[in-house]
Amino acid sequence: MNSISRRRFLKISGATIATAAILTGASKTLVKGADKINKEKVKGIQKIPTYCDLCFWKCGAIAYLKDGELWKVEGNPMDPLSKGRLCPRGTGGVGAHYDEDRLKTPLIRKNLRGEEKWVEVTWDEAFDFIADKMNKIKNQYGPESVALFSHGIGGNFIKHLLRAYGSPNETAPSFAQCRGPREVGFELTFGDVVGSPERTDIENTKCLVLIGSHLGENMHNTQVQEFSHAVQKGASIIVVDPRFSVAASKAKFYLPIKPGTDLALLLAWMGVIVREKLYDADYIAKYGYGFDKFAAEVSHYTPEWAYIETGIEPELIVETAREMARYKPATLVHPGRHATWYGDDTQRSRAIALLNALLGSWGRKGGFYVPYSFSIPKYPYPPYPELKKEPLDNPGGKYPFATGEQISTGIREATITGQPYPIKGWFVYGTNLMQALPNRDETIKAIQNLDLMVVVDVVPSEIAGWADVVLPESVYLERYDDLNTSPFREGFVGIRQPVIDEPNDQKPNWWIAKKLAEKLGLGNYFPWKDVEEYLDTRLKAAGLSLDELKKVGIVKAPERPIYFEDGVEPEFPTPSGKIEFYSDQLAQAGFDPVPRYTKHEQPPEGYFRLLYGRAPVHTFSKTQSNPLLRDMMSENELWINADMAAKIGIKNGQKVRLRNQDGVVSDAIKVKTTERIRRDCVYMVHGFGQKSRQLRSTYKKGASDAELITKYNTDPLMGGTAMNVNFVTIEAEV
Amino acid sequence: MPRYGMVIDTKKCVGCQDCVVACKTENNIPEGYNRDWIVTEVKGKFPTVQMEIRTERCNHCSNTPCVSCCPTGASHIHEFGGIVLVDHEMCIGCKACVEACPYDARYIHPDGYADKCTFCINRVEKGQNPACVEVCPTHCMYFGDLDDPNSEVSKLLQSRKWHVNLPDAGTEPNIFYLI
Repeated sequence: MNSISRRRFLKISGATIATAAILTGASKTLVKGADKINKEKVKGIQKIPTYCDLCFWKCGAIAYLKDGELWKVEGNPMDPLSKGRLCPRGTGGVGAHYDEDRLKTPLIRKNLRGEEKWVEVTWDEAFDFIADKMNKIKNQYGPESVALFSHGIGGNFIKHLLRAYGSPNETAPSFAQCRGPREVGFELTFGDVVGSPERTDIENTKCLVLIGSHLGENMHNTQVQEFSHAVQKGASIIVVDPRFSVAASKAKFYLPIKPGTDLALLLAWMGVIVREKLYDADYIAKYGYGFDKFAAEVSHYTPEWAYIETGIEPELIVETAREMARYKPATLVHPGRHATWYGDDTQRSRAIALLNALLGSWGRKGGFYVPYSFSIPKYPYPPYPELKKEPLDNPGGKYPFATGEQISTGIREATITGQPYPIKGWFVYGTNLMQALPNRDETIKAIQNLDLMVVVDVVPSEIAGWADVVLPESVYLERYDDLNTSPFREGFVGIRQPVIDEPNDQKPNWWIAKKLAEKLGLGNYFPWKDVEEYLDTRLKAAGLSLDELKKVGIVKAPERPIYFEDGVEPEFPTPSGKIEFYSDQLAQAGFDPVPRYTKHEQPPEGYFRLLYGRAPVHTFSKTQSNPLLRDMMSENELWINADMAAKIGIKNGQKVRLRNQDGVVSDAIKVKTTERIRRDCVYMVHGFGQKSRQLRSTYKKGASDAELITKYNTDPLMGGTAMNVNFVTIEAEV
Repeated sequence: MPRYGMVIDTKKCVGCQDCVVACKTENNIPEGYNRDWIVTEVKGKFPTVQMEIRTERCNHCSNTPCVSCCPTGASHIHEFGGIVLVDHEMCIGCKACVEACPYDARYIHPDGYADKCTFCINRVEKGQNPACVEVCPTHCMYFGDLDDPNSEVSKLLQSRKWHVNLPDAGTEPNIFYLI
């Protein structure tokens, strides 16, 4: 028997055996340039601090070189985010550098968009092409007709370029396709957002409630570290999820909720707490607004009513509500992150905020702390040109509470219709819109109306396949980026610096932005010689220096209190200046001032609801071609309840295709029959079934949930696109 | 002389595979192979499910079928801490140890020798933890001297319930899982 076929690990991860290729010693074509960092191969071990880019968490890291070659990446012990330990993606960071599918040189499209046929060009030729098109768009339509989609801190210099060019249209999927509803729901309640990294005090919580949040599979490093500590310290964990998640296996209470009914559970919980007077009365008296009206409304919701909606036994609803109250204010009802589920997501998030408010956890130890950042002055740039037109993502304030980043799907819509004014250019940085936005056809339709589409990326992502020009970026280990000053329990500043040279003709984003600005006659907006000068100028203004930060990687701000009880002044920047149990501004705009339950459509006979989520070894659809992470998980699986599978004649391990309500059929995906999911839904990890032929190692591996998300509901408060509303049937692969 | 072992808290492990990735970078394990892996054991019927997640690797047993079956002496118990090792130079790649190991902990490296977890002996000799222990974001792994009653691993075994894998195989494994 082949020894490898017996490896249980591979059976579990569903990985396939790739041909053995030792990572080190990959041949390198070195770029000619004066800025080489590994000019001489230093013998022995070098340790260089930086911060990670495998996701948006931006953990402090230490990269190790062995004899001048990249060896490994570990957490930086000085860093409050990683505390010296990275997650599996961060540990696999070296794979980003060695990924054989990486973009190597600038590309210009040969004929049709999406055909992925390219001409390799020089950087100068690529910039000439882009500048010519951008000048034409500016002259014919105005600079606001170029929009930027940008995700991650690497986009900062490109954002600066687009503002200098004169466009107000800048967005990311992180608002309308992800945490927008959560931020708006909390802002409507407390006057402030949850933010990123989340201000959740998991470390000190005595009772943690997770609603559809699968921490441990969703690998937000600090949160997972704190979660395991909370488990160790015996915190009471309550998990609400249609799937028996990893977190559910650690829980004292598991509530296998019917998808689409979370708001009924939240209202029933609040009903119990209000009727039994289990809330934090002092806190509410001091900081609450409109509590009586709120209490009168929620006290109507009973566990028996919620049972009919959710399938959760009334006794369990009562018991868990009392459990939360028992540990208040150190009870944390986690707000989750990806909140675009059903279309009433802002109101569901507001209900989560209100439940926390009842328990007095906002601003308290074991609940939500008050974060602070290291304040570093911005670079003293000349003022941007005056904007001639308003952003067009939310024309006429159609979604009155869209108060975060712009609505990405709004910009897409305007690109399709040409209203309120045409969008003729897209700049896309570090976000694979094919997997991030719902309804792929609408994205393709919008792209067809463009005169210019530029994609800056490290790999030939699916969205890059639709571009006119593709610019290959250096990966994080090869470049400087802007300073990280994320608000957190401790203020700090972190540096990202190059530790190894690019293998080919890839360039860092700061260089791309500066060179393109010069081509566009906007060189005065990039007055610094290079990024080191930019960083040093900013750091010196804060009394630090680049040389100092490069050595240590992280500098912390003076300590400040982070809880009300330790002297933080409670502030609630809502209209009333208090926690709004009843929201006048929602009532005035024609919405429910206290959240109300809406029934959502359930799958018809023979259909399953399609749910999706995260695996700890992958980020979005960005990491599937990373050789180390691909080795951990090279395709996704379709989770289906074992009894249901037997009923419809589907076996564990067989390949199936999914067909959704609109007739879209997925790529083939392996079945995982399991006792860990309800009978009315199926689940897969997001980010697979990729269609970029240049991503040879991951092309059509597994199925794409994004492809099956043709239907979406729009949240009327803030324009978020709810994506858990697609139903699928299962067809055996012949 | 210490007797090295690992104590792993299954309550804290989330099965994220960080230990697997860290081992691969630390020890330069070729693509498609790994010295450690994750096992998820599910019992019961939905929604009344129990699940144990374990990070597994060579158990560095005290009673070693892999060593007793090795024809060349390549597989051996190292004098330092009782760590089970393979001498790559002496190994002829016959696969006897791969078959003998009840834990599937060994594989044949593309370069032709049997390979497995070494408890990162190069690190341990310098007083560091094995790479998997060092990176684990949940701090679920503890490494130390099982013969020292005051070591963290010994104290954990005294204070918590635990089990080993395949106790009936009679190999006396030195990796313990807290439950």
